[in-house]
Amino acid sequence: MKSNKIKISSKNLNVYYGQKQALFDVNLDLHEKEVTALIGPSGCGKSTFIRCINRMNDVIDICKVEGTIKIDEVDINSKKIDVVQLREKVGMVFQKPNPFPKSIYDNIAYAPTIHGIAQNKNDMDQLVENCLKKAALWNEVKDRLNEPGTSLSGGQQQRLCIARAISVNPEVILMDEPCSALDPIATAKIEELIDELRGTYTIVIVTHSMAQAVRVSQKTGFFHLGKLIEFGTTEKIFKNPSNNMTQDYITGRFG
Amino acid sequence: MTKEERIKQRHKAEKRFRFYGILSISVAVLFVFILVQNIFSKGSSAFYRTVIKTEVFFDKELLELGENPSIQELQSLDLFDLSVSSLLKVYPIDDPEKENELIQMFSPDYEFEIKRYLVKNPDLIGKSAIINLTASDDIDQLNKGNFPRDLPEDMRRVNNFQLEIFDNLVSSNKIDTIFNNYFFTNGDSRDPELAGIGGSLMGSFFTIVICLLLSFPIAILASIYLEEFAPKNKLTELIEININNLAAVPSIVYGLLGLGILLGFMEFPRSTPLVAGITLSLMTLPRIIIPCRASLKAVPPSIREGALAVGASKFQTVFHHVVPLAMPGTLSGTIIGLAQALGETAPLILIGMVAFVVDVPTSPVDPSASLPVQVYLWSESAERGFVEKTSATIMMLLIFLIVMNFIAVYLRQKFERKWN
Repeated sequence: MKSNKIKISSKNLNVYYGQKQALFDVNLDLHEKEVTALIGPSGCGKSTFIRCINRMNDVIDICKVEGTIKIDEVDINSKKIDVVQLREKVGMVFQKPNPFPKSIYDNIAYAPTIHGIAQNKNDMDQLVENCLKKAALWNEVKDRLNEPGTSLSGGQQQRLCIARAISVNPEVILMDEPCSALDPIATAKIEELIDELRGTYTIVIVTHSMAQAVRVSQKTGFFHLGKLIEFGTTEKIFKNPSNNMTQDYITGRFG
Repeated sequence: MTKEERIKQRHKAEKRFRFYGILSISVAVLFVFILVQNIFSKGSSAFYRTVIKTEVFFDKELLELGENPSIQELQSLDLFDLSVSSLLKVYPIDDPEKENELIQMFSPDYEFEIKRYLVKNPDLIGKSAIINLTASDDIDQLNKGNFPRDLPEDMRRVNNFQLEIFDNLVSSNKIDTIFNNYFFTNGDSRDPELAGIGGSLMGSFFTIVICLLLSFPIAILASIYLEEFAPKNKLTELIEININNLAAVPSIVYGLLGLGILLGFMEFPRSTPLVAGITLSLMTLPRIIIPCRASLKAVPPSIREGALAVGASKFQTVFHHVVPLAMPGTLSGTIIGLAQALGETAPLILIGMVAFVVDVPTSPVDPSASLPVQVYLWSESAERGFVEKTSATIMMLLIFLIVMNFIAVYLRQKFERKWN
């Protein structure tokens, strides 16, 4: 399978939480307009890794990041980078749906407002509609845009969060176990959605479900104890892994 | 032990616990009931005052007034003789030496009461009117049934002659009980029948407003900074410990601080709501900061992450998402803190708010009392009239506290509803 150009590239990435090292020398290249799945047992550093990509680890005082992560050849940890602009470019969807306790409309409109994307009310209405359509939520909520986002079901909330993430037209979307709190039907909808978004965005998804990784991703990385054990096309990782540990994990022998 | 026995025991333990719970709630309710009942039974009569219906003839010649006298002219009139002669007509007495006994049955303010009535109705000149003159405290208490009549005369505050006059006035319907507006409009007085909480009400109002204006913004900004922005290090830890300690410092210590710094060093005007407000806001600050920080802390981190992840800056995250969510807790914390400040007495005593202030203050730099201090002042007075006034003031204070707590609950529910 032909690979697109490299979008995100990490070199010798080490992350520490206080005394505890969470990532060891991670070297990983993620390609543009592809879905990359990160798998591995709990606490292996997958979430830590994707939180480095939009510098969400900045929030944690004791967290220290060493090494480089480049997006489009630009080091995102350099002092010149404004973290707000970085996060405008790199959206994120969390494990637990976390819509703002505001109306559905405001949930989408918030980010474009603070970034000054829409010029007037019409533009904003259009933008909200587009985002909700892209997130396959429009038909379900178009008549109740003023109801609180928290009144939606779990799956709808997560799609609302995805719509919120794409409202500023990012280049990368990070998803941290987006389906772990959802039932199989909602999960199927999200997966369908990821597939559709793939053509437009570079997506990195952390998942515990190997079936999901197979279904949605083109590349897969396997993490264990803070180390990137193996990385390759999803097909290769699941059909013919070169590392024994990967083999053991995907066949369910540990993890 | 068999299974059945264990189940039985478990059920028994649960029943026992429920019984204890109901018992303790009943005891608490009983105490509250006794307190409220006690205050109400003592204080409710303070909302009424006894008046003696007195016919006053505004003799044009005697007053030496021209046509259409101005208000100033009326106010500068000497009505003493006219007043005394009107009072004496209420109950004709043969013995001139005993006339004073009748005069003493009126409140010493009779001349002003008559003058106020005249200024309000200037067309009464040359005519006579029946005016409700406030009875003295002793007659007031007698009328309200607070003085036992069957004591020997030398142990009574009202002598036999006055008692006779009183009974006569009652039977000729000249004694009446009306709503005590003095209690709400007057300042303090040595005469219980004239004393009111008007001055201390205004004093408390100015104090609380100053306390609110100072402590609310400072406390909110301090708690937002400490909770959301400040780096977690030894210094902020120290500040946090100190805030918690300050909240536990006895309020009288803040009074000493106010006395030493505000009055002694900065020479602010003594016994004023300004100083009281500043002193109380020092006391209230930590008590507001603690619930504010708690409500900020209670905002789920996922909301912060959600906002940060769409590219909101730290400032935007805090002020667009965290603070609005923390608002109900913040507001109710502030109001509870202010309610505590409203009921505070000890620091105010130290900064001189125990002064006897007759005038109702019109600005925060006028000397004044405050409601709890008024309770303290009156509870020390011997006159029977001040006992009911004390209880009535406590009632007013309780009403204000209940209203403030109600507002706190209302705000909390209103804002919470908005977000869910």
